[in-house]
Amino acid sequence: MSETSANSERMSPDKKASVSRREFLNEITIGALGVAGLGGTTVIYQYFSPNVLFEPATTFRAGNPDLFPVNSVTFLQDQQVYIVRTSSGFYAVSAVCTHLGCVTQWKPDANLIACPCHGSKFQSSGKKIEGPAPRPLPHYSITLAADGELLVDKLQTVKSDQVLKV
Amino acid sequence: MATYIQATFETLRDTKVWKSIFRRGTAVTNRTRSIAVFGNFFLHWMPVKVREKSLKVRAAYYLGSVSFLLFLILVVTGVLLMFYYHPAAPKAYHDMKDLRFVVSSGVFLRNMHRIGAHLMVLLVFWHMFHVFYRGGFQPPHEFNWVIGVILLVVTLFLSYTGYLLPWDQLAFWAVTVGTNIISALPIIGNKVRFVALGGNIVGENALLRFYVLHVVILPLLAFLLIGVHFWRVQKDGGLTVRPRGTDGKR
Repeated sequence: MSETSANSERMSPDKKASVSRREFLNEITIGALGVAGLGGTTVIYQYFSPNVLFEPATTFRAGNPDLFPVNSVTFLQDQQVYIVRTSSGFYAVSAVCTHLGCVTQWKPDANLIACPCHGSKFQSSGKKIEGPAPRPLPHYSITLAADGELLVDKLQTVKSDQVLKV
Repeated sequence: MATYIQATFETLRDTKVWKSIFRRGTAVTNRTRSIAVFGNFFLHWMPVKVREKSLKVRAAYYLGSVSFLLFLILVVTGVLLMFYYHPAAPKAYHDMKDLRFVVSSGVFLRNMHRIGAHLMVLLVFWHMFHVFYRGGFQPPHEFNWVIGVILLVVTLFLSYTGYLLPWDQLAFWAVTVGTNIISALPIIGNKVRFVALGGNIVGENALLRFYVLHVVILPLLAFLLIGVHFWRVQKDGGLTVRPRGTDGKR
């Protein structure tokens, strides 16, 4: 086989490499733009997602257990939590309505928790009486701190049958 | 008197300054009238000729034009309100109160902005219904219909972001409720809400974010889209008038 025929074989259109230079560069460019776009989106998302927040702490002390009489519901306004004490013990119920986030109110006369925005009603255990709220009010983790005060962690929800016995 | 005014105009049109601005003589023939429209930045997107039926009040009831007029009123009153309003939690509510009770003409400007905004939402909806029932979503208007729907959404977002700025109970709970609706989005809901509010609660960050959206980003977007919307009305052959069918009915 002569060199000329080898050359012409390489140059013949039907034996040409399956990707032309133009196609290759186009694909590289689109790929690079895609990576840059994805990276840009991530950076923009991270920029708009604050790393430090000046919001109320999610863990807080509710005070000495003796402050809460048996069979009482106490609303802690700053924390938007009800501290409920029954004969069996303590539990902490969120005061934020599961419908659209309004703060509910404890109505001692009617013995229920009511939402002023759209009329949802709950028992003091957080159990839903009527909608539009889709879910019961969640219970937060409640424990005793070393000094005997009640400690509530709003990032930790617990099952509604968990009660802190004091 | 009339001839005197006309003569003054003629003299004015003959001056070097006038000619340097408009670069054309008096628009007396159809050709010079067309050139006057083409050569003017503020008019160039307008049609040189319109169909007579497109000028009838019934063609659109000027609903789009009135919406745009309200937009302009809102821009002017909004910019004026910005001179007294701080988008920060300790100041916002008191600034709004000051605008109502202390600032000269403040209550007028604030109410003009507020009522104008309500009217704009009303007018934009009315405009949409009118265009819809006249078949304005059909070719060749389908692209402009889509632009219009986006403009409706932008109008609603402008209205909603402006709702938070008085920083009163109504604003706070409206935005609490509204942003909780976002968290119903599957998977990304809570993240979108976090980014929209700049936190977990409606606070300082949310107020500032809504303010920036309300006074910069959304108005610019609206202005751009309004430009395209108006331009397309002419490029698509004027206001929607459905052609007569073979039975002679619209």
